[in-house]
Amino acid sequence: MSLLRSLPLGKRVISHFSPASIRTFERRTMATAQTEQPDGLKLGVAHSNLLASTPDLGLSNQELAGMGLQTEETRRLNMCQAVNDAIGTVLAADDSAVVFGEDVAFGGVFRCTLGLAESYGKERVFNTPLTEQGIAGFGIGMAAMGHTAIAEIQFADYIFPAFDQLVNEAAKYRYRSGGQFHCGGLTVRTPCSAVGHGGHYHSQSPEGYLAHTPGLKIVTPRSPLQAKGLLLAAIRDRNPTIFLEPKVLYRGAVEHVPIPDYELPLGKAEILKPGKDITVVGWGSQIYALENAIQLAEKRLGGVSCELIDLRTILPWDVETVCNSVKKTGRLVIAHEAPMTGGFGAEIAATVQERCFLHLESPIQRITGWDTPFPLVFEKVYIPGVIRCFDGIKRVMEY
Amino acid sequence: MSTKLSRSSASKAVQPEKVMFPGARDSYFTSQFGFTAGEGQGLPTFRAMDANGRLCEGGPTEEELGITKEMALRLYREMVQLNTLDVIMYEAQRQGRISFYMTSYGEESLIGSASSLRPEDVVFGQYREAGVLLYRGFTLREFMDQCYGSVGDSGKGRQMPVHFGSARLNFHTISSPLTTQLPQAAGAAYALKRESSEEGRVAMCYFGEGAASEGDFHAALNMAATLGCPTIFYCRNNGFAISTPSTEQYVGDGIASRGIGYGIETIRVDGNDVWAVKYATEKARKMALGDDGKGSPRPVLIEALTYRIGHHSTSDDSSAYRSKEEVEDWRRKDDPMTRLRRFLESRDWWNAEEETALRDETRKAVLSEFSQAEKRAKPPISDLFTDVYDELTPALKEQQQEMERLVREYPEYYQSVREHQGSENV
Repeated sequence: MSLLRSLPLGKRVISHFSPASIRTFERRTMATAQTEQPDGLKLGVAHSNLLASTPDLGLSNQELAGMGLQTEETRRLNMCQAVNDAIGTVLAADDSAVVFGEDVAFGGVFRCTLGLAESYGKERVFNTPLTEQGIAGFGIGMAAMGHTAIAEIQFADYIFPAFDQLVNEAAKYRYRSGGQFHCGGLTVRTPCSAVGHGGHYHSQSPEGYLAHTPGLKIVTPRSPLQAKGLLLAAIRDRNPTIFLEPKVLYRGAVEHVPIPDYELPLGKAEILKPGKDITVVGWGSQIYALENAIQLAEKRLGGVSCELIDLRTILPWDVETVCNSVKKTGRLVIAHEAPMTGGFGAEIAATVQERCFLHLESPIQRITGWDTPFPLVFEKVYIPGVIRCFDGIKRVMEY
Repeated sequence: MSTKLSRSSASKAVQPEKVMFPGARDSYFTSQFGFTAGEGQGLPTFRAMDANGRLCEGGPTEEELGITKEMALRLYREMVQLNTLDVIMYEAQRQGRISFYMTSYGEESLIGSASSLRPEDVVFGQYREAGVLLYRGFTLREFMDQCYGSVGDSGKGRQMPVHFGSARLNFHTISSPLTTQLPQAAGAAYALKRESSEEGRVAMCYFGEGAASEGDFHAALNMAATLGCPTIFYCRNNGFAISTPSTEQYVGDGIASRGIGYGIETIRVDGNDVWAVKYATEKARKMALGDDGKGSPRPVLIEALTYRIGHHSTSDDSSAYRSKEEVEDWRRKDDPMTRLRRFLESRDWWNAEEETALRDETRKAVLSEFSQAEKRAKPPISDLFTDVYDELTPALKEQQQEMERLVREYPEYYQSVREHQGSENV
């Protein structure tokens, strides 16, 4: 189900996504980002204040401090290195753990499994035939025997052939057996979301489809530090978990990541920036568009104070943190790349409306991808970028 | 399969030039043009015992087949018990006492495959494999509690009848989506291969010929073959997938011919011959573990040809797509239970009196468990919410409280729930 099969120019298209070309792409976008913006904003992940640019910032993570983790060292990692670090940590500690998927043995098309087959052996890090339904089913079977199965679907766009295995099987394995069997040791990692030129099938964000499935957990990180901690938690969680990795961050997001083994909690949102006038919720790479939109709002809308929340876990999501925030601010904007209709933003909006009705000062605003397939040359006007997010915040504030 | 091509080519060229392309390692070049779809007769069907219950000549010996009086009687008793269970539960559904049922009529010899497995081998089934559970020691009470969704059901009353499962017996819980268990069995077998136990364990995976048309069949056989998984794929080819005859399911030589295409060692057996089924499974198990001296762990495919005597399920009237005469004809002509009974009688290991006594005794036992299960309470409402995850999520906790409130506030509308469960559960 990869490009190799669907396009006659397979090789070329694959190389389109090779690390080198991703670097080229990122240099291109970075270059754009570095040109002076109308409001003096520095756009993009490269300039984010949310990334730990120094060891001290990496170590000062509050959640880690709460765990009493003894650490004084960090490494500067991009997100694919952080993912690699997490998987390597598991392989070293858990002998039952295996990693498999299409092209993972040579390091993966995004280099997330680089060096692991050499370190842990072909029996534990191996290629599968090109079959997503097979990969998911195989992982369920391994996990049902109590093993740790870390499966990779090459692009989230190709998770749909595995939809039956994930929704009808993985999610219901424990429930339908009365708790006799479960496949909690299964984690499915998959690169998701926009990458600048991914077109229909290298850009999708399928969390909305998956979130309608009791029994699954769905997690998405925004940065290397988050990716390591959340992935370690996802792999060790006793429920089947889909781990969506925003591929644009693989090399775009770099920060100081603590060296030891640590986990970040699933089902918990994180308040990235406290504020009092409006709550802004997003996840994954969307967080960086929101960071810029908030900077713009605070600059242009005269003293507006925005609270930014990274949801992190889509299912089960942290209702409490979001609702407490909205009760304080009275306003809510949700932003995600996936299309609006049936997107996860609708779930958040409905829940907040139900629980915070008397606190809401304005309608909840969703800023999302349009209800179209993800387009190639129209990507910039498809995605809920800085301006669309800013405009949403503005409308909510001026209501 | 392309014997004609290979013969003609080989006669012309002494040393045919081997193909160097990476995609096919055992090919050679030929100037003889031709497509191939396999030729001549289909793959043979192995049988050890004919339709009259007589052992065939020239095949494996009695000893090799594992024939003892004790084993023969055990297999027969289990088959009769399965048949009795089916008759009573089918009738119970007709009377509206359980919601659904599926019989194993005509496929009882599947029990022979169970007899060649070790208890620690892991089983993945489709839904018409109750005989395997019976052989492994699933009790009548467990069968009943599952079909009724009574409080004793280890599945907590959540699934439709006949969706059995037992961790104690290494039988993974049945689910309705067809063929999903095949890639899972491949994965489970890979896990078993990695566990360095002295004995070695296999994953046994049952499915019908209709299920073999699903994409998961392709995924599973290819993955099991490429990754060397000790899985036994056991296809019950009974001629029908609900109303669809196998002639509309595939054009090739059944399911067995596909195994060869995946590089999987394959055998087709007479599925009404319990000894053939037993023997093939025993050999397959050795091969799967790599204990046959011919290689490392690998999958094996068994296609057991049989005939679905019963309706597909209680929701199906098979006379709408096949004649009652045809079914009757099969039942009279060849039935696995009758065949084994003829075998037993030919050796004076069984007689009419013993038959009557066994039938009576089994019927009584089934009916007794049946009426007890019918009276047992249903599981508590809390079982609706548990096991979705390992722990209740905040949302599930809230929803559980909400459900309990509704039952308290509108007791007259939840009367049956309260009665079934007893007041302490609400």
